[in-house]
Amino acid sequence: MPALRLLNVTKRFGEVKALDDLTFDVKDREYVCILGSTGSGKTTLLRTIAGIIKPDEGEVFIDSVNAGGIAAEDRNAVYVPQTYALFPHMTVLENVAFGPLAKHISRTAAEEVAKNVLRLVRLDKRADAYPNELSGGMQQRVALARGLASGARLLLLDEPLGALDVRLRLELRTELRRIAKESGLTVIHVTHDQEEAMTIGDRILVLRRGRLQQYGTPYHVYNRPEKIFVANFVGNTNFLEAIVETRTREGSTLTLREGLRIRVLDSSFEPDEAVIVAIREEKTQVTPEPTGEEPNRLSGEIVEVHFLGSHIRYVIKLSNGDEIAARVPLKEARTELKHGDWVSVSFDPVNSHVYEYPMLGLQGELEAN
Amino acid sequence: MPEIRASGIRKQYGDIVALNGVDLTIHDGEYLSIVGPSGCGKTSLIKSIAGVVHPDAGEIFIDEKNVTPLPIEDRGIGYVFQEIALFPHMNVYDNVSYGLMIRGSSPPEREGPVEEMLHMMNLDDYVALYPKELSGGAKQKTAISRALTSGSTLLLLDEPLGALDLKVRTVLRYELRRLVKDLGLTAIHVTHDQEEALSISDRIVVMKAGKIVEVGTPEQLYMKPKELFTAKFLGEANFIGGEVTNVEDSDLTLNVNNSEILARCDLVPSLGANEACVLAIRPEFIDIYRKPQEENSIRCEVAEASFVGDSMRYTVKLGNGVTLLVKIPISGFEPSLEIGDEAYLSLPIENLLVFRVPEDGMEKALSLE
Repeated sequence: MPALRLLNVTKRFGEVKALDDLTFDVKDREYVCILGSTGSGKTTLLRTIAGIIKPDEGEVFIDSVNAGGIAAEDRNAVYVPQTYALFPHMTVLENVAFGPLAKHISRTAAEEVAKNVLRLVRLDKRADAYPNELSGGMQQRVALARGLASGARLLLLDEPLGALDVRLRLELRTELRRIAKESGLTVIHVTHDQEEAMTIGDRILVLRRGRLQQYGTPYHVYNRPEKIFVANFVGNTNFLEAIVETRTREGSTLTLREGLRIRVLDSSFEPDEAVIVAIREEKTQVTPEPTGEEPNRLSGEIVEVHFLGSHIRYVIKLSNGDEIAARVPLKEARTELKHGDWVSVSFDPVNSHVYEYPMLGLQGELEAN
Repeated sequence: MPEIRASGIRKQYGDIVALNGVDLTIHDGEYLSIVGPSGCGKTSLIKSIAGVVHPDAGEIFIDEKNVTPLPIEDRGIGYVFQEIALFPHMNVYDNVSYGLMIRGSSPPEREGPVEEMLHMMNLDDYVALYPKELSGGAKQKTAISRALTSGSTLLLLDEPLGALDLKVRTVLRYELRRLVKDLGLTAIHVTHDQEEALSISDRIVVMKAGKIVEVGTPEQLYMKPKELFTAKFLGEANFIGGEVTNVEDSDLTLNVNNSEILARCDLVPSLGANEACVLAIRPEFIDIYRKPQEENSIRCEVAEASFVGDSMRYTVKLGNGVTLLVKIPISGFEPSLEIGDEAYLSLPIENLLVFRVPEDGMEKALSLE
C-alpha cells in the first residue's frame, strides 16, 4: 500500500503549468527527494500534497484515501516550509508544543510530545532557549521538531537545509534521514542539491517545468539517466554532438565534428541520425601520451585546470574544437599535467549514453531550466 | 590593475565585533576569495574595501592611496551584490550601459565598450530582453557586465553566485574567473561555498570570528593547512586524537586508537614523546581494504554506506566509538562494502596532517561560530 499516490495531477498558474500531469507513488516509510531547479514546480508539488493548493486536474491519495475533499489540517501530512518561522517570544519547547496544544490536548500531554521529538532532533537540552539564542542549524531542527510533533506520518520538507551553511547542511543531511527512519515516517524532501538528494533519498524524482523526468534510486538515476536534462542536472557530464555512422547489435560508431570517430554500446539510433553523446567527467581519462589499447582515444589541448580540493578538473579542447572535461581524484591526478599540454583523452564505451538530438539544440537544451 | 591593502581594520556593531583587526594585501591582478562561516566578518571586510561600511579603525589603500574617507563612488571599483539588482524597466543593453550614461558619455561613445562587454559575457542574444525575461544566471551576468563597463579594474564580488541554482553557479564561476583574467582585473570574491573558492582563486583568505585564520593558495590550504580550522572549513576532514610514542626529526610514531601510525610533522617546535596531538585526514585520501595493510592500518567496521554518484561515502567506526568518513571513487570493479562489514583503513603518510591539541579544546577550534 503506497503512503502517497498522485494520479495525473496538473496545476496551472495563468498560462504556466506548474505541475504537468504528474503520476507517481511513494511507498510507506520511503524517503523520496524531489530534485529540480528554481521554477520546476517542486514547492507547488509539496503544497498540493499538503492540501494547501488544490490541483486543477488529477487526484492525490494519502494512505489510499482520496485526499481531494480533506482539508490541509486534517490530512495525515505536515508541510515544513523553507523559512522556519519560529515564534520568537516562545521557548523551543513552547514552539514545538504549539501544534499539539492547538489540537486541544492538555498542556502536559503536549509538552510530553514536544519533549519526545526534541530528544529525537537532539535538542532536548535546549528546550528552554529562545529561537534567537540558537544557531541556524538548531533553528532548523526546531522547525523539524514542530513538524514531527504534529504526529503526521507523511512529512513534506521544502528545502529543509537550504538556509544553512554548507558545513551544517552536510551534518544535518544524515541526521534527517536517521530521524525519518527511526520514527518510521514517509518523507518527501524537496531540494535543488543533487548530492543532497543522492545521499538521503531512497528514491529521487527529477522534476523539470512541472514534468516528471525520471524517478528511481540514486544509483539508477546517476547511472542510467534517461534524458539529457537528468544527465546534466545529476552529476557532471560532457555532451558532444554526433552523427550515427554505422550500427550493429553490439553498438554503434558515431562521428563527432571534423570526422572524429567513437564507439558506444547504444544501438537504438539509425545511421545518419543526429545524436548527443554523454560521458561523465569522472569517467573521462586523461594521460600525457596514448597508453595503447584504450578505446575511444581522442586528443586535445588542456585549456583550463581547476583545483576542486578532492579532485582536479581538466578542460581539454579536442582537435575538432569540442571541449571535454575530465575530473580526476586528487590522489590519482598526474600533477605534471598543465595548461597548454597536448594530451590523450579516452573513455570506455560502457560509460557513455546516447540521446536523441534535442529540438532546442544542445546548448538550448542545457540552458533551459 | 590595482593593489589593495587593508590595515588594522576593526568594525563593531553594538556588542558584536565583526572585524577584529584585519590586515590583508591583495596583489595586482589577483583573484582572491574570502571564505568563512556565517558571521565571520567576510561581508564586513569586502564592504569596508568597497566603502559601503566605514570601519571604526584601520585604513584601506588602493594603489597606495588612502581611500578610507572616500565613498564607494569615488573608489573606482565595480561592486556586485548577492541580491541581483537590475533596473526592471531597462533591457539588458540599457542596464549594462547605465554606468557610462550617468558618467555623461554619449550613446555612440557607450556603444563600443558596452557591446564588447556583452560579447565577452556571451550576452549578445539577450540585449533586448528585460530582467524578468532572464534566467538567474543571465541576470547576474548582466549585473557583472554593468559593474565592469564603467571601466573599473577592481571587481568586488559579494556572494555573486549565492542566489543561483547550484548547476548554474558551477558554470558561471569558471566564466567569472576567465573574465577577470582576460580583462586583467583584480577581483575580491566573498563566498560561503568552499569548492567555488578552491576552484577559481589564486589565493584564499579563511576567516573566523572577525579575524583572518590563514591565507594561501588553494593547494596549500587544502593539502597542507597550518590551522585546524582551515582543514575543517575547506573540504571535509576527519579529526582523530593520538599520542606521540616516538620522534625522529620530523618523523613521528603515534598511537592512534591502539594502532601504530607513522606521520610526518612540520610543526616548529616539533611534538615531543608522550605529547597528545590531533590528526586530520581528508575522507578521499583514506583507502579502505578488506585485509589489514602493512603501514598505517586501522581496523574498522562499516556503519553507513551511501552512493553519491562518482563515489561511495562510508562512515566507519573505529574500536573506541570514533567514527570517520571515507570517500572512495567508484571505478566500477571492486564490489562496494556493506554496512556491518569489517574493513581496514590505510592512512597514507603524505596526506596525514598533524596538529597540536588546541589550547581551548577541539570543539572551540573547530566551531563554526
